Amino acid sequence: MNLSESMKMAMRSIKTNKVRAFLTMLGIIIGVASVIVLVSIGQGSSQSVQDEINSLGTNLLTVSVTDTDTVELTEETIDQFKKLEGIADVAPVVTGRVYAKNGETSTQVSMTGATSSYLSVRNLELSQGRFLTDLEMDLRSKVVILGSDTASTLFENHNALDQNVLIGGVSYRVIGVLKSVGTSMGSSGDDVIIAPITTAERATGSTSIGMVYAKAENENSVERAMYELLGVMTTSFPGQSDNYSVSNQEDLMDTMSSVSDTFTLMLGGIASISLLVGGIGIMNIMLVSVSERTKEIGIRKAIGANRKSILLQFLIEAIVLSCLGGLLGVAIGLGIAKAISTFSTLTISFSWSVTLFSFLFSIFIGIIFGVFPANKASKLNPIQALRHE
Amino acid sequence: MAVCQVAGEVSDLANSIIKITNMSKLYELGGETVHALQDVCLTIDKGDFISIIGPSGSGKSTFMNMIGCLDKPDTGNYLLDEKEVGKLKDNELAAIRNIKIGFIFQNFNLLAKLTALENVELPLVYRGVSVKERKAVAVACLDKVGLSDRMNHLPNQLSGGQQQRVAIARALAGNPPVLLADEPTGALDSRTSKEVLQMLKDLNEKGQTIILITHDMEVAKEATRVVRIQDGQLFENGGDWIEPERIDEDGHALYQNQ
Repeated sequence: MNLSESMKMAMRSIKTNKVRAFLTMLGIIIGVASVIVLVSIGQGSSQSVQDEINSLGTNLLTVSVTDTDTVELTEETIDQFKKLEGIADVAPVVTGRVYAKNGETSTQVSMTGATSSYLSVRNLELSQGRFLTDLEMDLRSKVVILGSDTASTLFENHNALDQNVLIGGVSYRVIGVLKSVGTSMGSSGDDVIIAPITTAERATGSTSIGMVYAKAENENSVERAMYELLGVMTTSFPGQSDNYSVSNQEDLMDTMSSVSDTFTLMLGGIASISLLVGGIGIMNIMLVSVSERTKEIGIRKAIGANRKSILLQFLIEAIVLSCLGGLLGVAIGLGIAKAISTFSTLTISFSWSVTLFSFLFSIFIGIIFGVFPANKASKLNPIQALRHE
Repeated sequence: MAVCQVAGEVSDLANSIIKITNMSKLYELGGETVHALQDVCLTIDKGDFISIIGPSGSGKSTFMNMIGCLDKPDTGNYLLDEKEVGKLKDNELAAIRNIKIGFIFQNFNLLAKLTALENVELPLVYRGVSVKERKAVAVACLDKVGLSDRMNHLPNQLSGGQQQRVAIARALAGNPPVLLADEPTGALDSRTSKEVLQMLKDLNEKGQTIILITHDMEVAKEATRVVRIQDGQLFENGGDWIEPERIDEDGHALYQNQ
């Protein structure tokens, strides 16, 4: 008896028991579909994080200070940074949270004290007005640039330009509004107020520079620029390497993608468990099927079926079941993922390798859990099987 | 150890299809040893129509399983179509069953989910015959038993007699040297029983070797040769055993008439 013959026989016995076959497949269907959907969501979120980081500019470097008491960045250090070969520009910032108020509406936002170079270093764009000038830095002018969210919170639909906002009871003039950059890594880039660094030091009460953004000349000089920054930091603050860190976007991207990879793996793992449970379901039904069809097995053996034929018949039945379940699961999984990407804000990233993997895994499970019942069927004694009612 | 009857020795070896010598089978049943078969000897020639008769518990079923290669004897030899089958492995026995023996069962034992045609094809499927060829053979066999118009019916759409005819067609499909019928009329009414027996007789006339196992004397008499099995022992010429009983019966009838 050849394979296509066994296949036909399996399809036939599945056809005669459609409801049961469907219920048997349900476990596999749910398993495969959930693997595909969850992994798509996981990979989608990892993709969107990477896109965001990329949009920040891949030649951005950051020097962040974790302990501002021991590592005090001064003008001199920052000038040293500026003179480094691979560095195009640097932008030191001080940050703090402030209450901003316009008439009756008030909001708590993060204030960034920046220099005129901040706009170009961070790759930001203005939707209205202009950015800070060096003169305003020196004069400690009370001018601010609002993030797009802050502008819409404080001024709703009105034009924010040339209006005044109250920060800590002091009036500041709005000279510009940033274009929306979206949320990245949990903090909104639109919910900010940018002021001259000298002004912000007073408004937030923090006089130390917590972070310096540096822009490498091009993507190829990022590595070198990073070592140069580290060199300056080591000579300026010997033995304090635990209190500051220098990183580039690629490091950040690696960290983020390792986090989201773990996340994806976990989601996939949980979904795989349901695949496994589906496989056990197939085994259960096949075992029931073997004892139900004992007489049939007896007849087949009496007529001349050998062990291999019976084994193949039941094994192929299990594999066909899991295979059909896998196919349905793939279709449903892709359908759900498509629906999610259409009707929600989640980013979905299809992966054909995962789709193929989950399908193959479902077949593998069919084989694994089909062998036991099939072996049981093939070992039945024909005399006893024939006598079975 | 009983010695085999001379009849077996005398019969032309080249002409015998089944030659069983000193076959024994023991069963352990609840700690007791049951001699299901004791030193059974039987020779069946090509073209024979032999009945094996015996009451239930006589070892009849065990003997049928032995002849049908469904079971292996503890001791003794079994030569089927010049092949020693007593010591074969399970898979080899399956092949022997497929090629050498056509089974006809009391309860027809058709596969309920397959049509008559597919049931008849089944032995050939396991033999690995091509789709086209086996269909032609199956159609021819169904035609032989007069069911060519019922080919695509499922067993539950057929009457008992028709089902048994499908079973006979299935047994014939593999063109086996031996037909082994186990109480083929047991589940049929007397009219269809007669039809089925007539069909077996017709087959025998065309040269088919048939072994009929039954507990019914009326059925057994249809065969050309009757052997009797009782308490695991085989007695050649069951007719001798029948005659006195028939005399008794006749006597009883006579008595009634008086």
